[in-house]
Amino acid sequence: MIEIKDLHKSYKMGSNSLHVLKGINFSVAEGELVSIMGSSGSGKSTLLNILGMLDEADGGSYTLDGVPIKNLNEKIAARYRNKFLGFIFQSFNLISYKNALDNVALPLYYQGIKRGERIDKAMSYLEKVGLADWAGHLPNELSGGQKQRVAIARALASDPKVLLADEPTGALDSKTSYEVMNLIQEINDEGRTILVVTHEPDIAAMTKRIVNLKDGRIIQDTPVNQVRALQNV
Amino acid sequence: MFDLERWEEIFETIRKNKLRTFLTGLSVASGIFILVVLLGIGEGMRNGIAQEFERDAANIMYVYTGVTSKEYKGLNPGRRIQMKNEDFNYTAVKYQDDLEYRSSIYRIWNGIVNFGKESGSYRVEGVYPDYQFLENSGMVEGRFVNFKDHQNFEKVVVVGDKVRNDLFKDKKDPIGEYVQISGVNFKVIGVFTDPGGEREESRVFMPLSTAQRVFGGGNNIANMAFTLEPAENFEAALAASTRFSEAIENQLKETHTIAPDDESAISINNSLENAKRFFDLMDMIKFFFWGVGICTIIAGIVGVSNIMLIIVKERTREIGIRKALGAEPLSIVGMVLHESIFVTAIAGFIGLIASLLLLEFVGPLIETQYISNPSVNFNVALTTVFILVLAGAIAGFFPAWRAARIRPIVALRDE
Ligand SMILES: Nc1ncnc2c1ncn2[C@@H]1O[C@H](COP(=O)(O)OP(=O)(O)OP(=O)(O)O)[C@@H](O)[C@H]1O
Ligand SMILES: [Mg+2]
Repeated sequence: MIEIKDLHKSYKMGSNSLHVLKGINFSVAEGELVSIMGSSGSGKSTLLNILGMLDEADGGSYTLDGVPIKNLNEKIAARYRNKFLGFIFQSFNLISYKNALDNVALPLYYQGIKRGERIDKAMSYLEKVGLADWAGHLPNELSGGQKQRVAIARALASDPKVLLADEPTGALDSKTSYEVMNLIQEINDEGRTILVVTHEPDIAAMTKRIVNLKDGRIIQDTPVNQVRALQNV
Repeated sequence: MFDLERWEEIFETIRKNKLRTFLTGLSVASGIFILVVLLGIGEGMRNGIAQEFERDAANIMYVYTGVTSKEYKGLNPGRRIQMKNEDFNYTAVKYQDDLEYRSSIYRIWNGIVNFGKESGSYRVEGVYPDYQFLENSGMVEGRFVNFKDHQNFEKVVVVGDKVRNDLFKDKKDPIGEYVQISGVNFKVIGVFTDPGGEREESRVFMPLSTAQRVFGGGNNIANMAFTLEPAENFEAALAASTRFSEAIENQLKETHTIAPDDESAISINNSLENAKRFFDLMDMIKFFFWGVGICTIIAGIVGVSNIMLIIVKERTREIGIRKALGAEPLSIVGMVLHESIFVTAIAGFIGLIASLLLLEFVGPLIETQYISNPSVNFNVALTTVFILVLAGAIAGFFPAWRAARIRPIVALRDE
């Protein structure tokens, strides 16, 4: 599903540049649930942003579902993001003046789906994350866990190949974190490929594979025995 | 444009920022308001001036004389120049083919006109039949002085509508009645009306020959008035009339032994030249008004542009989210442009309607000498609408361009 080879990324700051990713090689097969770990500043978010086409690598190759991702202009990148990827952020990134349902429906709007169908689909995803009753509520009327579940529903709405989650539980207490991880596991059980950035070992243990980053390099890549989140709830 | 979702977005942001939207709108609305009111006043001035010119035939040339100011061929300055019938006849014959209407005028001083107990002081003049057309007068009753009256020295008069109303208070029909001018009986043969209004309608005309004979004028005339045959266009008419008036001026100076450079002895009031001056002035005023109006609108555009930039800045993170969810740059541009066009258009229409209402209801009340019925024609209204939409587009363009260029990764980091 994901294939990256010798990926490099540096940030230029004035005259000097900061080499953040120093040759990453890694691949993810369909249906995997991978966690990316590493200390702060090791380049986890940078890697995920490149995978999400929110940022561009300086060197190396990236293939997503057989499609080489390079030299994208904004328009094509937008289309690929919409079609291939779903994002889950630590800070939820819901649009504050839209209610839960409209937030979930937004990716469908950019797919050009008609309003009626959009609302129906969005509603079914809200049901899936158990928030059908909260459809009409604005984000600031929801708890952190609820917001993240709305965000997950939104990420799923466009039926993407891969879900990318950057510290999805970073802003949540442990009980809520496990609920969210349970949801992520369920989605993975249905066969969807998911990458989760985290620095919490218990969260990483709930995935099926841990990739460890240090100073822009992968130092460890091990399969794990998945801990079901439900046991901890 | 007819995308429901996008309309919802716009209403959403507008609802969330009522004061800001109101202030933005105000600058555009007042810009349009000022533009339209200025244009209306410009139009009113044009109407007012056009009315001034309607008093007489638009191309009339009016010759009158004064006192010489220069010594010439041994003659002292300070001589009063008196035109004679011969001056008129010479010109009338010489330019027979070029002239449309011609008349000389003999003015009777102390024009007290009596009818029974009523009396009034009016401008009383002896004229030729053509004078009706030179004055642009229309007949309400009866007829104007004709050539036969002139030949037979008939004691007949044509009175203005105002004179009729003054003197014939209860009697409806003055035709055939006799009025006294300086004790002499004149039969009323017609009542005329004049676009110049009351001032022009308080005049009395009689045949030139009668006036000269009855009031001891000899063959003196006070003025001459001419119009030339219509030309193809204004420029040609103007050129012909300028040529003609120069020719008669020279002619008169020669017969009356006046220095060629004497400015005060002979004067020719050429309506076309006056008209041209006025219309040039009008055009300048119009340009000026447009200029001021457009500048006001530009100020409005800058205001809207600024506010849209702030809006875009505030919504940077949201734009990042939208991009992450698959919004193409074009759709972001559309979103921002749409909002600014919407705000400027609504505000502009409010300004437009307010100004039209003002012109509609207050306009007719304004009747000074140089402004009459200020109004805006349909094309101008249409132009302002076009300017509006353009303004909205310009105001939205820069912010939209900025919004579309924000990279999603940068936008998402925005706090
Ligand atoms: N836009 C940027 N400009 C300059 N430097 C950047 C930029 N983004 C990230 N960096 C730097 O790159 C390095 C890697 O950042 P990154 O966000 O990938 O780390 P991370 O592993 O996600 O850390 P954390 O666990 O704190 O989120 C850091 O040193 C960071 O300061
Ligand atoms: Mg990070």
